[in-house]
Amino acid sequence: MMKKTLGIFVVFVLICLLTAALSDVFLRPQNVENLIMRIGLYGIMAIGVSFVIMTGGIDLSLGSMVCLTGCGLPWLLVKVGWSPPWALLVLLLVVLGLGWTHGWMITRWHLQPFIVTLCGLLIYRGVMRGLAADQSLGFGTAYDGLRWIATGKIPLGSLPIALPMPFVWLVIVALLAFGFLRYTVWGQHLLALGYNEEAAKNSGIRTNRLIVASYMICAFLAGFAGLLFSMDVNSAQPSDFGNFYELYAIAAAVLGGCSLRGGQGAVLGVLIGTALMQVLRNMIVLVFPAQQNMEFAIIGFVILLGVLGDEWFKRYFAKRS
Amino acid sequence: MSATVLAVEGIVKGFPGVQALKGVSLTVARGEVLAVLGENGAGKSTLMKILAGLQQADAGKMMWQGREVHFSSASQALKAGIALIHQELNLSENLPAGANVFLGREPQRWGVLDRRQMNAQAQQLLDRLGFGLPAETAVDGLSPGKKQLIEIAKALATDAQLLIMDEPTASLSEAETQKLFEVIRGLQREGVSVIYISHRLPEIERIADRVTVLRDGENAGELARGEIHHDAMVRLMVGRELSDFYQHQSIEPGPEIMSVRGLRTRAYPRHEVSFTLRAGEVVGLAGLVGAGRTEILEALAGLTPAVAAEITLDSQAYAPQAPYDAVERGVMLVPEDRKQQGLVLDASVADNLTLPSLTRMARFGFWRDFSREKACADEQIAAMQIKVSHAGQSARQLSGGNQQKIVIGKWLALGPKVLLLDEPTRGIDVGAKSEIYQWMETLVQQGIAVLFVSSDLEEVLGLADRVLVMHEGRLAGELSRENMSQEAIMRLATGGEGSF
Repeated sequence: MMKKTLGIFVVFVLICLLTAALSDVFLRPQNVENLIMRIGLYGIMAIGVSFVIMTGGIDLSLGSMVCLTGCGLPWLLVKVGWSPPWALLVLLLVVLGLGWTHGWMITRWHLQPFIVTLCGLLIYRGVMRGLAADQSLGFGTAYDGLRWIATGKIPLGSLPIALPMPFVWLVIVALLAFGFLRYTVWGQHLLALGYNEEAAKNSGIRTNRLIVASYMICAFLAGFAGLLFSMDVNSAQPSDFGNFYELYAIAAAVLGGCSLRGGQGAVLGVLIGTALMQVLRNMIVLVFPAQQNMEFAIIGFVILLGVLGDEWFKRYFAKRS
Repeated sequence: MSATVLAVEGIVKGFPGVQALKGVSLTVARGEVLAVLGENGAGKSTLMKILAGLQQADAGKMMWQGREVHFSSASQALKAGIALIHQELNLSENLPAGANVFLGREPQRWGVLDRRQMNAQAQQLLDRLGFGLPAETAVDGLSPGKKQLIEIAKALATDAQLLIMDEPTASLSEAETQKLFEVIRGLQREGVSVIYISHRLPEIERIADRVTVLRDGENAGELARGEIHHDAMVRLMVGRELSDFYQHQSIEPGPEIMSVRGLRTRAYPRHEVSFTLRAGEVVGLAGLVGAGRTEILEALAGLTPAVAAEITLDSQAYAPQAPYDAVERGVMLVPEDRKQQGLVLDASVADNLTLPSLTRMARFGFWRDFSREKACADEQIAAMQIKVSHAGQSARQLSGGNQQKIVIGKWLALGPKVLLLDEPTRGIDVGAKSEIYQWMETLVQQGIAVLFVSSDLEEVLGLADRVLVMHEGRLAGELSRENMSQEAIMRLATGGEGSF
């Protein structure tokens, strides 16, 4: 596991060095701060989806969850007129409920995770577009206090950059996830379930509960990230807010060493995977501004290379040991 | 015996950390059945893989039909006429028998599959094996015995002159085994040679012309036709005398632990099965494959909940809906397919051993207590004599016998009341078998009730205090230790008559 994380870390460092060499904007405080903030936002989602991937499942509805809470918050506050605590509570409960529903359909009715969450992807965005009449939503100039949880920055003494709040949230989420996986019985059960669900079940583990919990964790973190995204940009368009975010999250998790066949996951790897993805996007903007439209293609190739390299590494080590 | 077709000499093969073969030799004559025996880890499988081209020897010579050969792939060996029939059958369940026989080598006509030609040729091969199975029959739903025969037809379709059969009878019933032996004898008459690997010594007494025994990657000895006896084989395999393989001593059974009334399984919802288990009792569940034995164990362990049943455990109602219900109440299953159902192969030995009891060892029921877990794993490794280099070794790397000890060992920390064992010693070497038997003895003396399924009649007779015999989902009868015999069991298992 460490070998794997090390491999992706080396690639991450190389890409950072390369970008720094090719662009003098890359290391400017403003850019670094921005990068760290985006790593925070996407990292929270990636950790969420890594739980689902560990069970051998997938959650394609993340982007729509982001849309649901990200557009839902300004809609509830500004258009409907709810108070912030109520709006936040209800939105988070809604995404938890949706996560539970995914898990329930997958375990109780044996539906394919791919299909269940694909339908989720279509439904949640559709509902949000309907509710908001496809209007662009924002907080205007109000709610600055609330928005601090996403836009706030914690100064770092004499360093030229301040720590963006989303990154602070990511650190908290990552520590909790790490503790869960490493130190609780459930973490070990989850790992066993990912490797061999049948054997785990036969060992007296309540595998269905664990799977449902994984989808709930995933949905909750996506919903939470959605709130942060929307508070940060202060403008959300239901038709495209959070579009394709599930792919960024899944890609980061896979790059970080989560096998889509289940059973493997390391929080640190997922974090580095997320960082790699964001630095890559940053590099495309800074170094190849003319090729910005090729962003998806370039990212696609890098992920493919990453996965191929990973497979190659695995075989190399399997031969040696 | 006529001319030698295969002669291998001084085969050496090493893997990182293990020297699997240290210079093994063997010969096979035309039309001969050579049994290759050895404990797990003795090097049989490696040798067979080398013969069939799946692996390459580091050193040694292999003469096949008078010419020295070096196979670098299975297809080369196949072309030369050596076919390996795997222990796990490799059939495409969704295709008919004929298509399976010619899978990958389908007869073609102008580049299009010639189905008529294929079925006709397949039919010829199937008929040659002497069982009336139409080539159009779908494979799924066939008995393991028939699937085995299709595998053989598949090998014959390549014009194989040497068939290597790895544990061919592992999932066959007695009658199917009998049928397979007839097929082997038929092939022998046609000049086909067979290398036969099995842990079932009585079968080898029946079918082998000669026995070669491997031990620790070396030739341990050879037995000619007249010398093939159970004790002689065991002696060569383990390198010591096993005075009595089964040392089961019936103890006075204690109070009734489990009573099963009117159990109807999903597989046989119309048949009711009733029986009781008492503390300190070993009860065998015999019958042909498909008779509904596994289904009973799975219902009792909550894997596939029963359609209906009135079960009491320690005089209290017991209706497990999932394995955790059963485990909670002390009913634990060692399943038939240990790799898929019993073990997390990629996890470590220690992780596998502690998996069911993690919650009980944890602080506040969820915070892991690593030192207790380690102590628990070490204790089970020592108690079950599991041979590992260290507790963190992955379960995949262990031999079948040691893997099975993990599957049994992981329950011991939980204190089972009823232990359900499904084919507990299938594919396991003699040494590990006798260790597992000893463990069953210890458990029974502690007052645990054991219910086990086995297709190995010798094992059933050697271990059980009582045998329940199943036939097509019904309980055909019960035999006490006094009136147990292979014949009596088979008579009940086949529904009275000895039909296939």
